[in-house]
Order: sequence, then C-alpha cells, then structure tokens
Amino acid sequence: MQNVAIADQPDELHDPQTFITKYVYSQDHKVIAIQYGITAIFVGLVALALSALMRLQLGFPDAFDFIDPSSYLQFVTMHGMIMVIYLLTALLLGGFGNYLIPLMVGARDMVFPFMNMLSFWFYLLSVIVLLASFFVPGGPTGAGWTLYPPQAILPGTPGYDWGIILMLVSLVIFIIAFTMGGLNYVTTVLQARTHGMTLMRMPLTVWGIFTATVLGLLAFPALLVSAIMMMLDKTLGTSFFMPALVSLGESLDYSGGSPVLFQHLFWFFGHPEVYIVALPAFGMVSDVLATHARKNIFGYRMMVWAIVAIGGLSFVVWAHHMYVSGMLPAFGFFFATTTLIIAVPTAIKVYNWVLTLYRGNIHLTVPMLFSIGFIFTFTHGGLTGLFLGNVVIDLPLSDTYFVVAHFHMVMGVSPIMVLFAAIYHWYPLITGKMFDEKLGKIHFWFTFLGTYAIYLPMHYLGFLGVPRRYFAMGSTDFIPESAQSLNASITVSALIVGLSQLIFIYNVFWSLRAGKPAGHNPWEATSLEWQTPDVPPHHGNWGPQLPTVYRWAYDYGVPGAEKDFIPQNHPVTESEQTAGEPEGR
Amino acid sequence: MNILKVLRDKPWVHSTASATLEQYSGPDPVAASQVMLRFVLAIVSVLFFLFIITFLSRSQYPDFEALAGSPWQPFTDSSRLWFNTALLACASLAIQWGLGGSRSGKLNITVAGISAAVFFTLLFLVAQFDLWLRLQSMGFYLSGNPANSYFYLLTAVHGLHLIGGLVVLTNVVFRVWYNHNIDSLKAPLQLCTTYWHFLLGVWLVLFALLTSRPETINALAAMCGF
Repeated sequence: MQNVAIADQPDELHDPQTFITKYVYSQDHKVIAIQYGITAIFVGLVALALSALMRLQLGFPDAFDFIDPSSYLQFVTMHGMIMVIYLLTALLLGGFGNYLIPLMVGARDMVFPFMNMLSFWFYLLSVIVLLASFFVPGGPTGAGWTLYPPQAILPGTPGYDWGIILMLVSLVIFIIAFTMGGLNYVTTVLQARTHGMTLMRMPLTVWGIFTATVLGLLAFPALLVSAIMMMLDKTLGTSFFMPALVSLGESLDYSGGSPVLFQHLFWFFGHPEVYIVALPAFGMVSDVLATHARKNIFGYRMMVWAIVAIGGLSFVVWAHHMYVSGMLPAFGFFFATTTLIIAVPTAIKVYNWVLTLYRGNIHLTVPMLFSIGFIFTFTHGGLTGLFLGNVVIDLPLSDTYFVVAHFHMVMGVSPIMVLFAAIYHWYPLITGKMFDEKLGKIHFWFTFLGTYAIYLPMHYLGFLGVPRRYFAMGSTDFIPESAQSLNASITVSALIVGLSQLIFIYNVFWSLRAGKPAGHNPWEATSLEWQTPDVPPHHGNWGPQLPTVYRWAYDYGVPGAEKDFIPQNHPVTESEQTAGEPEGR
Repeated sequence: MNILKVLRDKPWVHSTASATLEQYSGPDPVAASQVMLRFVLAIVSVLFFLFIITFLSRSQYPDFEALAGSPWQPFTDSSRLWFNTALLACASLAIQWGLGGSRSGKLNITVAGISAAVFFTLLFLVAQFDLWLRLQSMGFYLSGNPANSYFYLLTAVHGLHLIGGLVVLTNVVFRVWYNHNIDSLKAPLQLCTTYWHFLLGVWLVLFALLTSRPETINALAAMCGF
C-alpha cells in the first residue's frame, strides 16, 4: 500500500533521473507499456516464424528435413500459446492498457506504480522461462496449446518431460504478472479518474480494457488451478487429472483422475480469454472509427452495455469447446443457447460500428483501413462461430481446419487488425513522429488480402474434413488431391503475409528516426490522451495540474461548433446546452 | 455507487455543472488500496472456489477415500486441526487488537498486536507443517489418494497466502519501528486485518470440507450436480 504514488504534486512523483531508472527500472506507465509492447511483439515474431515453419510442412510435405512430426507439434503448441497469452493478452492489456488508461482517464500514472513495474518484470521472466523450453532436453511441449492431460505429460508427446514443466511454470509466472498489472488497471479506472471523468464519459477503449481486466482477474485463477494440479500430477505423482493407464506397455501409478475435469477448468479460463483479447480490441476500434470518421460513436450507451453483457456471458459458454468430450444433452443445449445469446451484444457492436461509418466523414487513413478490415474479419469469424456453437454442426467440424480458420479469423486476425490500427493511431502520441502513410497502406493491403487468401480456403479444407494438428495427411481417401494444392497456396499466402510484416517493422523504426513531427493531436481527436501539454507526454502526463473533463469523448461534428471536434477538457458553452442531440446517440 | 444508475447516464447531454466545481487533487490512496483489496479477496475466493469445485467433482470417483468417517482415517478425530484453527483465530484476534490500538493511538498495543499476530500465524504454519509430517508417518502420502492430495494442496495454497500476508504485515511492523507514526498505519493495518479475517474464514471452509465424512461430501457434490 505504501506504493501509492499518485498525488497531484509533481515533486512527489517518482521522477526518473538516470538511464536505468528512466528506461529499465522505470515505474512510469508509458515506459512499462513500451517494455510490454516490445517484449510482446518480439515473442509474437517468434510465434509468427513458428507458424511459417508449420505452413512449410503443410504446404510442401517432406520437403524440409528439419521439420519432423515432433517438432511440428511443438511449433503448433508454442505458436498457439505465445499468440494467445504472451502476445495478444500482454500487448492489449500490458501494452495498451498501461499506456492508455492513465492518459485517457486523466491520471498521472497507475495507482500502484511499483507493482506495475513488477508486473512487467514477472511477464518478462515468464517469457524467458517459456522460450527456455526450446533449449531443454526434449524441447518445448508439443501437447497443443490446450495442454490436455493425460497426453501432455506422458511419453509419446514431445516435451513431455521438461517442456511441459517449463510451460506450466511460465504460465504461473504470467498469471502472477497479469494479476499485479490487472489490479492496477481496475483500481486506476475506479479510483484515479480525473475530475469530471464519470464512468460513462470514459472512451470505449477504457471500458473494453477495464472489463477485459476484470474477466482476466476472475478467469486466470482457473488456469492457475489447472496448471498447479497438472504440475503435481507430473512431478509428484498425484492423480487429479490422470486416469489409470498403460503407457508404452507399462502400467503407471496413476489412478482414477479425470482428464475432462482439466478441460472444464481450462475452458472456464479459455473462453473468457477470447473476450480478454476481444474486448480491448472492441474498445480501441470504436475510438479509432469515431475519430477517423469524424463522427460520434453510434449508440455509446449500448456499446458499454454490450461490453459488460459480453463480459458476464463469457463465463457461461465455456463448454461449447467440449462438445466432442461428451456431456449431458441438456448441457449441450444450455451451452449452445448461451453461445447464441452472446452473439446478440456482439452483433449490436458490429451494427454500431457500421452505423458509425454511415454518413460519416470517413478519412481512409491507415488506422481507419485496419479498423474497417477488422469489421470484415470479425464478422466472418463471428458468423462461423455461430456454426460451431451448435452441437450438431460442431461435432462433424470439430478437429478440422474449419475450426482453425474460425478462431484465427475471430481472435487471431481480428485483434491483430485492431492492434495495427491502434499502433498506427497512437504511434504519433507515443513517439511524437508520424509514420509513413504509403508504407502503412501497403502493409494493410498485404495483411488484409493475405488474410483472406489464407483463411477462406481453410474453411473449405475444413468442410472437406481435413483434420487439424496432423503433420501429414497420409493416405486418406476422403481428402481429394486438390486439397494439397490448396494447402500449398495457403502456405505461399502465409509466407507473403508473414514477410509483409517486415514493412511494418521497417516503418516503425524508420519513422522513429525520420518521420515527420506529429505535432499536437494530429488526428484532431477528442479524448484526453491527445490533450497532454507535451507530445509524447512527459512523466506525470499533465504538467502542474490535472485536466478537468466537461464532456464525453465523442464530440465530433457538433452543430455550431468552431471545429469538427471538441476535446473532453473543453468547457461546455451555453449554446451547446440548448443545441439538439446529434443523431445516433 | 449504483452501477445501474451509472450505466443509464447519458454522457452526450452536456452540463456546465462540472465546470463550477473545485480543482481535482488526485485520488485517495486509502480508498484505492481498499478497492484493490476487494479485488484481491475476490480473486482469492475464486481460486479456492475452483479448488473446492474440483475437489467435489474428483470425490465422486471410486478411488476417493475421505479423510474422516472411519476409525482408521486421520481426521475422524480432528482435535489437531482444531488446535491449529485456534492458533489462526488467535492471530486474527491479535491483529484486530493491534488495529484497535492504532485507532486509539496506542503504539505499544499496536506493536504487541501485530507481533502476536505474526507469532500465532507462524505457529499455525509450523503446526500445519507438523501435521503434514504426522500424516506422512501414518502412511497418508501426497499421491496415495486424491483426498490426501487435496489436503496437502489446499493447506499449502492457504499457507502460501498467509505467507504473502506476512510479507505485507512485516512491512507494516517495520514502519511502526521506523516511523513511530501511528496515523499512517491505520489504513494498511485495516487492510491486513481484513485479509487475516478473510483467510481465517477460508481456513474454516477448508477445515470443514477436508474433515467431512463421505456422506457429507457426497451430498455437497450432488448439490453441485456431480
């Protein structure tokens, strides 16, 4: 509690003086955000490289000697886990959550800066432990990102010895890191909002991050519980999840455990995790769309309610991941119904994004392009989710490439489209420089079209019954030869998309050095983070006095106003009070 | 804060009311710490709730043998656990006493209360560890039966939470030692006291569960649909 360093007096702030305290051992939320961002993007590139290796094997089987069945499964596992946990969760909450929450609510920093710093160092440690598993005997675990027992800890699965242990240890460390960070985010939102910043005046970005953090704080314990119990099964011979079984002709000491119990725990975390990733993305894309369409977000209140409703419902849909594990038909009906219900608030959000664009003054900037791209990819991914949420359709499609295509569209590509939109949108604030627009657009078109070139055919492979997780198809009669050409085409597309990310990396570094100065509020945005006295914001964010908020974050195109945007910290005039309400509110 | 009222707010309706209020001077650290503690308690509750749910689920498999109910089971006579519970209750009472001292500005009582709380908590942890050794000497090993596994696991996780609390409380003790400023202690000590009472409550639930007879466990499991 002694770490509360949020007083309004600048001389009481933990102002860093040396290089180490400024950039390494820093308690400034912006520096911590960038540390999170760099680490997450680095480990995400590792996962991207792993996916390229997987695609090489699938597209051109047996052409690469260094990819054997074991290493293929290890690539699949590490790619999935890194992307979901160590890239998306970390970058959206640790990165953007850290950077944007204090700035958007008008605070000087997170409420507990020391704990915030510890959160990053624990996250870094979790990444190091995870990557260390590449260098231990047997390599990383190849159990699939769901780590289902009993196979995850038995001989026959790659990395069943050290790999799985390091994975579980890394997850435990990550959860500790997330909890320390998450406590900061929720407390800062609830307690450190500046004067006038009511909850319903907060930008949707903050609502998304806040709700996702609450989900994370309540859902990650399920992963923690399952990780601890599986660790005990592996190392000390308990039988929480391990049934009596014979392995390699030898009867093991395990008896009576329930692998399905692990699945319930895992998915009780796993499904909210989808929304831990999606809700911040929903929030950020709403703000980017409103800013670049020069129009208030359509149905702000409904958007907030939808975020809260999705958050609540996300805890009662988990077993739709387990239809093939077997359950009472009544449970299948219940989880299929809740899954369809959660589509309602989600669809409301999609309609509202589209209606925000309707008759807006759309500027096709790079962030806007990525945001519009997100609406497409998310709608496609969401619709296939409706297929898979139904038991009778899920059963034949489960474990085929249809599922792979679905979840990549909905929680792989879509959040990443938003991440790119967000990085391009807030890059001028973070660095004080503008990125290269032309390179950004090239990056967008390669990524967007490439995404479709990868995942549309993948749905078709799924309909053909091509199973996922297979190193090679072998002699499967029901799969036509043409499926292999499709696989080769997907691989070529994936490699092109992967390589096109180098354009983004180049743009980030080139613009940092040679980009045009961004100046103050280059997008003419209304939200508070763009109203800091300095760009990029200095330590303490706001100079001697905290800002006062007088309005919501979406006053674009207000009739009679001098400009087409009014920042949140501009006082309300008498004429505004008497003016009519703009459409779509 | 009425969340439903908040969610009905219409932020697009402009008001000049906020412009007339005084300049905001930053958040209240005490209130922020209280909010954080509430979230911590919620997270810890979810953690133990999930452990307990898995316990009840796992208890319905044929190899599960409850630790009480038959003469040869270790907790049919649970007097040792009652003794340990009394130690933790003493820790809880002591920290409450220390909090009372800090509220009335009595440094000696505060120090005595906190020290007694630390002492009884450490004693509880040692007593729990001794119970582990005793169970092992009786042949109830960690991997021998899922009921044993849960006993070791749940007591370990509970103990780890107490150790985490001790780290914070030790910090508070050092602040008494160095600051001699009792006023600055009230808020953190209040939070620690709440945490201690909460962990006592968690322990009582675990105690009841782990020493339940098979019929009780089966009834609880049936109530949860297992």
